[in-house]
Amino acid sequence: MLNNLSETLTLLKKDVTLEWRNRYAFNGLALYLVSTIFICYLSFNLKQNQLNPITWNVLFWVIMLFTILNAASKSFMQEGQARTLYYYTIASPRSVIFSKIIYNTILGLLLSFIGFVFYCFVMGNPVQDIYLFLLNIFLASCGFSSSLTMISNIAAKANNNTTLMAILSFPVIIPMLLVVIKISQNALDGLDWSASDSFLLVLIAINLIVIGLSYILFPYLWRS
Amino acid sequence: MKKNWWKILAVILLLYTVIAGLLMDVPQLREGNLDQTIRNLHFHVPMWFGMMIFFTVSLVYSIRYLRSNDLKYDHKALEFVNIGIVFGILGLATGSIWVRFTWTDAWWVNDPRLNGAAITMLVYLAYTVLRGSLEDEQQKARISNIYNIFAYAVMIPLIVILPRMTQSLHPGTGGNPGFNVYDLDNNLRKVFYPAVIGWTLLGLWIASLRIRLKHVSYKLEK
Repeated sequence: MLNNLSETLTLLKKDVTLEWRNRYAFNGLALYLVSTIFICYLSFNLKQNQLNPITWNVLFWVIMLFTILNAASKSFMQEGQARTLYYYTIASPRSVIFSKIIYNTILGLLLSFIGFVFYCFVMGNPVQDIYLFLLNIFLASCGFSSSLTMISNIAAKANNNTTLMAILSFPVIIPMLLVVIKISQNALDGLDWSASDSFLLVLIAINLIVIGLSYILFPYLWRS
Repeated sequence: MKKNWWKILAVILLLYTVIAGLLMDVPQLREGNLDQTIRNLHFHVPMWFGMMIFFTVSLVYSIRYLRSNDLKYDHKALEFVNIGIVFGILGLATGSIWVRFTWTDAWWVNDPRLNGAAITMLVYLAYTVLRGSLEDEQQKARISNIYNIFAYAVMIPLIVILPRMTQSLHPGTGGNPGFNVYDLDNNLRKVFYPAVIGWTLLGLWIASLRIRLKHVSYKLEK
């Protein structure tokens, strides 16, 4: 277990270092995110705070979903065949998937907070219960990133088809997205936390299920 | 003959379901517009029972495949998904007709159960697309079975938990929208339970035929 942990950390460090050196993924994604938000802002032709809270909410999550989807689908594409084989010889599959999940979660968290700040900057901020909203962003990006990491690996095995990635991930992501939108709607309306606690529990439970399943299933996927 | 008793049972139960389900007296409610459409209960609800059973069976075979690497189990997992999809589509179709005549004038309403069902269909259709996109037999089996397990686990919150937490047009919402034993009339129950068993056995029959066909064609290819 301790050995696994240090392996995971080493792999994670490798991913972060690689990213830090060329900053390709992060910069690209941040730009993607910012320009998408800006396009939405221009297309709605908004003055501040004119957007209906429901539209504001849904638009935000759709943008975040696509950004995190893009982030996660990159995670296995950048690894060549030879390098994958090399990892296979030196590390256990569980360390690999954990390091990828953690890396994608960090990336997802960074992107969603940047996205949130910029989104509020141009679209206005109708959120009444900011703590609940931030907690929700945190749980949502963990959930999206970890489940998409697994799916992106499945898609990568099937010749890295981008269409396939979308087909496979959307149905799996939708339940999570519905719960997330529900919680953030409660946060927007400033409802008491007791109205959202069961949804928060469901969200945490889905996260745990996804991470647990990745832990169990990844070794089988890895072998092929 | 001894092995086929359940097929005969399926035929008898379904004949009974169709005849009794359509002809027997049904309770007439003073309120609401359920009226004679309650007969759809014997056709619509068993589809969802059947679908869930088949997807669960498929999940079991997927796990067994991953543990043994025996393609036999992969074929079973695939065919149970296929029959589950057929049941799901029939469930959506019968439900859609029921919606049209009891709730609204539309064929589809925005209801958590309906959306859950539609998304479930998407998940399993994605499974078939995934299978189609892979060439190698063993790799196809392994990856699609992994997806099957993953999708099942993430789908459950959607169709089991979420509708219990939100408003739905389906009977008994706010608490348990599932099939509520206390609400059902005794006469309906006499047809409903046989109907569930009958439809499920029919699905099992279709699946078993297709599994045999799959085995034979796989052996021939070899």
